[in-house]
Formats: sequence, structure tokens, C-alpha cells
Amino acid sequence: MKNIRIIPRLDIKGPNVVKPVQTEALRVVGNPQKMVQQYYKDGADELIYLDIVASLYRRNIDFNLLKSVTKNIFIPITVGGGIRSTHDINNVLRSGADKIAINTYAVKHPEFLSEIVREFGSQCIVLYVEAKKQPDGNYEVYTDGGRERSGLEVINWIKKAIDLGVGEILLTSVDQDGTRRGFDIELLKKISAFSPIPIIAHGGAGKPESLREAIMNAKIDALSISSIFHYNEYSIKKIKKYLNENKINIRTL
Amino acid sequence: MKDKLKIAIVDYGVGNLYSLIRAFEFFGVKTIVTEDEKELKGADAIILPGVGSFEAGMRGLEIRGLIETIKKMAKSGKPILGICLGAQLMLSEGHEFGLFKGLDIIKGKVVHFPILDNNEKIPHVGWNTIFPKKENDWDNSILRTFDKEDRLYFVHSYILEPESKENVFALTEYGGQTFCSVIKKENIYGCQFHPEKSGEVGLKLIKNFINLIKNGKN
Repeated sequence: MKNIRIIPRLDIKGPNVVKPVQTEALRVVGNPQKMVQQYYKDGADELIYLDIVASLYRRNIDFNLLKSVTKNIFIPITVGGGIRSTHDINNVLRSGADKIAINTYAVKHPEFLSEIVREFGSQCIVLYVEAKKQPDGNYEVYTDGGRERSGLEVINWIKKAIDLGVGEILLTSVDQDGTRRGFDIELLKKISAFSPIPIIAHGGAGKPESLREAIMNAKIDALSISSIFHYNEYSIKKIKKYLNENKINIRTL
Repeated sequence: MKDKLKIAIVDYGVGNLYSLIRAFEFFGVKTIVTEDEKELKGADAIILPGVGSFEAGMRGLEIRGLIETIKKMAKSGKPILGICLGAQLMLSEGHEFGLFKGLDIIKGKVVHFPILDNNEKIPHVGWNTIFPKKENDWDNSILRTFDKEDRLYFVHSYILEPESKENVFALTEYGGQTFCSVIKKENIYGCQFHPEKSGEVGLKLIKNFINLIKNGKN
């Protein structure tokens, strides 16, 4: 069985880690430097770092903050928020990131995806998708941190982005985010049914059983987790121990 | 250490440079990030980092006029460490977005993963192990501290295919496919994984590489 990655996700606003509930209602959680050190020590396989307001205010990520966070972290870091040019990507890669996540700008300018894939390679480009279920049962792509509707249907958009060369998908369920009610298995299954590239599931991680379900049932490749780690409800070690005991291929320290 | 080590990280426009600088600093070793030919020539060792496509990487080296410099350094016996794209560029040619010439320091090519068992995902992303071929001797190499359980971080769609088996120094298995994860020729190493992003296990490799440079200087 392939190796499943456990990836703490930090939503950044100003100098703080915040936690949105259903991508709104932000709460300040803590200091990113300290939290990241802890996650690294506990055996996180990667980190996701998203500036959740950069795109909305058309700002750049705070590169100095990013550098201070990544300084002593020797695991891969995916960084997103407000990326609009190859120049932005170079700056992020020079501040400790290894991959970039992109949503809003790609939705508005899909051709930008092929441009950056050609420059940085597929393996560097993560498509960030914020999916929200609609009354008709379909999922719609949202942008700007779950605030704006795009009019795009999730499956079509992801297929298109894969054709344009993105290397991974970070798939967030806007409805489940911050609720700890478990992942949106229906959404994950719809995408894993056709995706030839890895899927990182986000939104709804709660009890360890819910993580196992997403891996076994929805066949995803990685789990992105925030609330239950941020609020010390479960440690990374404990989660990994549980998954390991359930015959899931997990890296343990 | 007799005198200060001069380790140059080649800045050719692509790459996660900060992570690499920090990995060396972790062992108290300062590196120089440079695109200057003279600085490279004066270095005790060079690192070829890499996040990018093969084409972008070679173009980056070419416009800075560094191709011949690096090839000469490779012939001089100085230690070189290529990481991910940096390792791929050491081979003769790459097949990403067309056919492109590489540095040709080690004969071989860089090709896309074939279709994998169970339609395993490409890119290969995650933590995987490396193991030696029967005839490989890791004892006197930068891999000497590796355990078969040790996992390293991979993120790639293309694989190293050296022409001669002699240059295959470690193997990795993914989706039923065994591929070359480390290439080697004397003091030149290229690894497909990211040692600077593989936690304590990866840092050990950086440390071993620093020692290799030091021993070469003594």
C-alpha cells in the first residue's frame, strides 16, 4: 500500500495562525513558529501554509514571516495565498517553500497553470480547490478563501487543471471545514474515481476513525488536518499510531 | 577542520534555495548561493539544487554561462551533490516537454515514469525507502548511515536512467517499478529525493556530504 501523508495545515492571517470554521468565523489559534516546530517534532510528513487573506486583498505573502516559520523545518512545505506570477512563486520558493498552492488566480486565468507547470514542473504546483455542495447535489468551486462563487463545477475544473499539468490537488470541503464531523466522503470519492494525480483531502478531520475512512473508503493520498491538531485534541503521534495499527502505510519516527 | 569550507549552491533561477541553505547551517556550515562562475570555480564543492522542469533548469544554467564550468568541476574530482532536478540535469538528456540536452556528467537519460501497477499516482509524492543493488558498497559513501527502514521525501514524475549500471548507486520501488534513486560517479552524487526535506534522515546525508568535502580537503 502506498504511503499516506499526514499534513498539518496552517491558515495564516497577519502574524497568526487562525482557524476558519466553514472558511469563515476566524479564530486566532497561536504563533506559527511555535506550532510548526511542534508539528515537525511530532512527525508531520509535510506542512501546508496558506495566507488566507492575501488573495482577497491582492497582497503578497509576508516572506519574512514565512522564512521565520520554515527556518528549522526540514520537511516539505506547500505555500499558498495570493500567487499571481512566476515572480511570486520564485519568492515563495526562496523563503522556504517547496511547492505552491494556487486557487483564485488559476480559476480566473487557467492558462497561467500551464505556464507555471512548464517553468517549475508539475511536482511543484498544487491546485487548491474549495468545494461547496449546491442544492442540486453538484459541487461548486469557491475562491478567495471560500467567499466567492466561481460558477465552475468541481469535477470539470479539476479535470481541466490536471490536463494543464498540475501535480497534486488540495481538496477542501467548505461545508466540513472546521466542523470535525468527518470528511466529505462523497466529494472525495467523486474526485479520486478519476484523478491520476495525488489528492490531499481537507475539511472535517475529527475522530481517528474519520481519517481511516477517508483513506480506505475514498482512496485519497494524504490528509490535511488543522483543528484537531491546533487544539491538541489529538497529537500527530497518536493519529499515526492509530493508522499504523489499522494497517495503513504511515511514516513513523 | 583546517580551513573554512567553501560550499557553493548554484543559483540558476530554479530551486528551493532557502531550505538547502538552512540544512547546511544546521551543521554550522555556511554556504554561498551564487551564479558567478569565479565563485563556483573557487569552491570546494557544489550543490545543484532543483525544483523545476528539465528545460527551465538547463536554460537557467545556459543563460548564466555555467554549463562548461560545472562540467569542468565534475572532471576535477570535487564533490558535487545534485538534488532532484539537479541530479537529473547531470545526465545526458531529458525528455520533459520535449528532448533537451543535459550536462552529460554521467551518461544516461531522464524519462517519465511508465504506467504503474494499480494505476499508482504520478507524480510519485511521499516518503519512500532506498536500497542498494547487490554490488553497491555504501560503506565508504554518503549513504553509509542509511537503514533500510529510513524514509526519504520524493516528489517527481521523471526518473533517472543512467546508461551504465556502475552509476546506479541506490534503488527505490514505487508502483511495481524499481527505479534509480541515487546516481554516483566518484565524488559526484545525484539523488532523486530531497535530503533537505527528509527530516533527521535527510540531514544525516547532508552531514555525510559535509564530511566527504572535509576529508577531501585534508
